[in-house]
Amino acid sequence: MIYLQVLANGLVLGGLYAAIAVGFSLVWGVLNVINLLHGSFIILGAYVAFFGYALFGLHPFLSAPIAGFILFAIGYSLQATVINRVIHAPVLMTLTLTFGLDLLLNNAMLLAFKADYRKVVLEPPLGSLFFGPIVLPLDRIAVMILALLMTYGLYLLLRDSKLGRAIIAIRMDQEAAALMGVNILQTQAMTFAIGAFMAGAAGSLLSIIYPISPLNSITFLGKAFVICVIGGLGSVGGAIVGGITLGLLESLTALWFGPEYAVPISFALLIAFLAVRPTGLLGRRGYE
Amino acid sequence: MRTLAILAIVVALFTALIFGGNYALRLATIFSMYTTLALSWNFIGGLAGYPSFATAAFFGLGTYASAVLQSSGMPMLAAWLLGGMVAAAFAGVIGLAILHLKGHYFAIASLALVEVLRELVNINDQLTGGGMGLNLPVTQGGVTQQALYFLTAMLTLAVLTLLSAGAVHRGKFGFALRCIQQNEDAAVMLGVNARLYKAAAFTLSAVFPGVGGGIYASWVHYIDPSDAFDILLSVKPLVMVLVGGLGTLFGPVIGAAAFLALEEAVWRSFLTIHAAVLGALIVTLILFLPNGLMSISRRRLKANKT
Repeated sequence: MIYLQVLANGLVLGGLYAAIAVGFSLVWGVLNVINLLHGSFIILGAYVAFFGYALFGLHPFLSAPIAGFILFAIGYSLQATVINRVIHAPVLMTLTLTFGLDLLLNNAMLLAFKADYRKVVLEPPLGSLFFGPIVLPLDRIAVMILALLMTYGLYLLLRDSKLGRAIIAIRMDQEAAALMGVNILQTQAMTFAIGAFMAGAAGSLLSIIYPISPLNSITFLGKAFVICVIGGLGSVGGAIVGGITLGLLESLTALWFGPEYAVPISFALLIAFLAVRPTGLLGRRGYE
Repeated sequence: MRTLAILAIVVALFTALIFGGNYALRLATIFSMYTTLALSWNFIGGLAGYPSFATAAFFGLGTYASAVLQSSGMPMLAAWLLGGMVAAAFAGVIGLAILHLKGHYFAIASLALVEVLRELVNINDQLTGGGMGLNLPVTQGGVTQQALYFLTAMLTLAVLTLLSAGAVHRGKFGFALRCIQQNEDAAVMLGVNARLYKAAAFTLSAVFPGVGGGIYASWVHYIDPSDAFDILLSVKPLVMVLVGGLGTLFGPVIGAAAFLALEEAVWRSFLTIHAAVLGALIVTLILFLPNGLMSISRRRLKANKT
């Protein structure tokens, strides 16, 4: 019986994880940039929700798009002014650059918001659903549904919009895309901005589940790594599969060994996946 | 320019040793440690061109291995060396598993090593003290005497690392690594045993930080997981090498000195924003000086010639 509860917890968590990772995966897959800012983007989104609720009584679900657009603007300008300058440099350069940018952003957040852990406490609380012995907190269910909707929205955007097709075209063959009239620089900036949007919106959603602080941006970044590698890089499906796998894995490890084992086991799994099956569960190399 | 920089560093070191002052001794010890880390990273990151973030894993492993060995009664020097061996063995084995990865995938795998080891140390609190940290046996002697002793140890390690780096740079080994960096497939075609050389470079990049971690632990008397496995220990050496010049022999030494000078200046005046300053330094470096400080003089030479 306990396994049903663990399964439910894992699935609920997995939906949120998919939304956390999908933007990271998009940027990695299309731009070939590992965006180490992603964790701080998520936290910044969560702070938008926190202050929106504390100051204006704005429900975190409503501030999610606002946080998304704030991060969208930040992401667009970062990519257009800084990251694009080194986008063709070796991996070491782009990785170190985003690390440096993350130090800047994270330090700024520490100064602005302090290191205290904060959480949006909804008044009144949403309560829980009971299916026989299984308890499902409603706030988590709502977050999962919204996160999955958001992820599905990204999928539709990539599949049906002109911008989405341009992004996919760049991912497949940048030179050919340029020859077909795709504005490479602008599309790359839009890609990074969309990745940041997803991070900000997901951050807003998780502010009602997790306590947030600039200090735990690294936790969410780590989860994004694991999800991308396990699920397979650069596709929406990969992020969902990876997210749900990580959600289930964390719930099961917590049950079997204790919650403190969740991080080492998920990272050990990441290394094992990289060593044995670097294409992830969905088995597609990159986005192709 | 390069000779001048090296000369300046040597003079500064000797001044620190002779005229002492515990602050100067401390700085010289940290400089030796940074040099060791930067030179070590250069084996895998500079010469072979593999973006490793595992330095903190090796350092932390050496730190904890030697601390645990010492608390079970092993003499200090033996514990340091064994700490280095543990780090090297770990790198050799794990290297065989992850060195076939390229680019981002290798970077992520090496980064994950740090996280896994830190959490494992956190969990096994019977052995390691967990998040409470671990106290090391107190060493004999006065403050200055101890400071001198650990400086000598760290400096010896740095010199040994530099000597090995020199041997590697001049020998066939370094040549093979450079081939791998430029075009691994071509190198393999020409009969370079890339798998072996990469694993050897990864092991070399682990053994010195491992020993250095052991010395560091004895020097500061107290270690905890977030300190020993600090991800900045992976990033700083890489920044130093970028400052000094990727894949060069003396670049890491110069980079370590420049980095330490900047770090001290920043720590002293802007404690709350030192991470941001480090971030700004990294961003400036990558955007404007991707070939390191030494490229300035080279560029000027070129400008003079034309």
